[in-house]
Amino acid sequence: MIPAIEIKHVSKHFGTVRALTDVNLEIYKGEFFALLGPNGAGKTTLISIIAGLSIASKGSISVMGHDVITQYRDARRMLGVVPQELVFDPFFTVREALVIQSGYYGVKNNDRWIDEIINNLDLADKANTNMRALSGGMKRRVLVAQALVHKPPVIILDEPTAGVDVALRQTLWRFIKQLNQDGHTIILTTHYLEEAEALCNRVAMLKQGRIVALDSIKNLIGRILNHSLRLRLSSSQLPAALTKQLISKIGDYHVLKIDDYFQVESVLAVLRKANIQVLEMQLLQPDLEDVFVNMMNNHETESK
Amino acid sequence: MTGFLTLLHKELARFGKVSLQTVLAPIIATLLYLLIFFQVLEKHIEVYPDISYILFLIPGLVMMSILQNAFANASSSLIQSKISGNIVFILVSPLSYREIFFAYVLASVIRGFLVGLGVYLVALLFFSVPVSLPLWALLFAIIGSALLGALGVIAGIWAEKIDQLAAFQNFIILPLTLLSGVFYPLHSLPLIWRQLSHFNPFFYMIDGFRYGFFGVSDVSPYISLIIVSSCFLVVSSLAIQLLRNGYKLRH
Repeated sequence: MIPAIEIKHVSKHFGTVRALTDVNLEIYKGEFFALLGPNGAGKTTLISIIAGLSIASKGSISVMGHDVITQYRDARRMLGVVPQELVFDPFFTVREALVIQSGYYGVKNNDRWIDEIINNLDLADKANTNMRALSGGMKRRVLVAQALVHKPPVIILDEPTAGVDVALRQTLWRFIKQLNQDGHTIILTTHYLEEAEALCNRVAMLKQGRIVALDSIKNLIGRILNHSLRLRLSSSQLPAALTKQLISKIGDYHVLKIDDYFQVESVLAVLRKANIQVLEMQLLQPDLEDVFVNMMNNHETESK
Repeated sequence: MTGFLTLLHKELARFGKVSLQTVLAPIIATLLYLLIFFQVLEKHIEVYPDISYILFLIPGLVMMSILQNAFANASSSLIQSKISGNIVFILVSPLSYREIFFAYVLASVIRGFLVGLGVYLVALLFFSVPVSLPLWALLFAIIGSALLGALGVIAGIWAEKIDQLAAFQNFIILPLTLLSGVFYPLHSLPLIWRQLSHFNPFFYMIDGFRYGFFGVSDVSPYISLIIVSSCFLVVSSLAIQLLRNGYKLRH
């Protein structure tokens, strides 16, 4: 099956600055995919190259099987991009901007779909308002709407929820999830890791222009970190048998590494034997943020 | 075709929504030129036999306003889109390089025509200005404004700041138009200036356009037509090439 997006050996440099180094990535049809990484990791550069806003120094990218350079018209028809910056054309109203954007994609008489997008993004009140008069959040909604006018099978959202209030975040994700269920491939970048964790099935983590992790969220969490146990004990002294499991000690709390739930039992047994009482106990589940911090720190030395 | 027509429509709507500034203001400015030069120069310049200075001046000014506004339209639209960032809406779309180019150029031609027509119609209120060979005039107006529209595309792509665009306009376009024989016939100039003017493509546009009015010109209209058309071909291939390579647009 042709992947929704296929990135092969893509490198990009701006003068002497290397923005991307040999990036290889396949995103499958129907995926809800996240590109994560700190600022400057190359996420937006990669998206720009996919969208044709930027040209790779090396390598190739195709969207639904169409090369973004040699078959740019077909590739761009398959793609809807929500840019990170709040750009707008001050000459037009919301509806005019959407009709114009449809026209660029060769879509005429698009009123029904435009109305549907406008309603789904709660833009109905503002449909005939000039873009200049909209708040930042409203402009963000219009950017999303503009990316969807031609019903693209692949939708890329570059930090769509940056600086956006809770209401919009919820409206937006509800709509995007619906689109994903209808078969659209969704790719997003975000700094809110809980968002990626809640929505996406796979993530790629970028660091200094390289992909340092690529897997399902479940596997990433399972592979990199184990569960841990946070305990407040009647004694500040931990039995010797448990010291090699100790991850950290913060105040009265000991955090112990455990490989699985059965180990909880053995930890408690050792404590009972040492006559130490458990005053508080909490099982800590690792989340994507732990994976992220872990990945970003681990590769610090490697990349030098 | 829908993509091209949409971009064309958007470009027309853009200057249409600010027509006070984009159409009316240049008409007024050109009419002021007409009044002033008419008052000051009428008795001092010998143009062609049987043609009064004002009759000579009007087509020159009409063409000058066509050319300047064609240039201004494409260049200012592009630089505004670049600076505000909304050029991405065009760049991510499947519009081809040629569609983008021709939409900007055709919108520029139309704006040039609107302003030129406005100047001509107002001049008709005061003077009788017959057009003896309208097809020649039309031909030069179309190719000339397309050439300036294409130059505007290049300037709009190249300039990164309004400042740089203003430099392009003030140091290249403006001197070339003012020194092209809008206000004087070439044969009234000293030899050296006459020779230099022959290197100015704007001279052929004005001279050819004026031929359409009087059937008289400094050089043969066929020569002018060949020179102006060749310039258009060169400039438009360059502009399309820049769009294809993504010069200063796709980094």
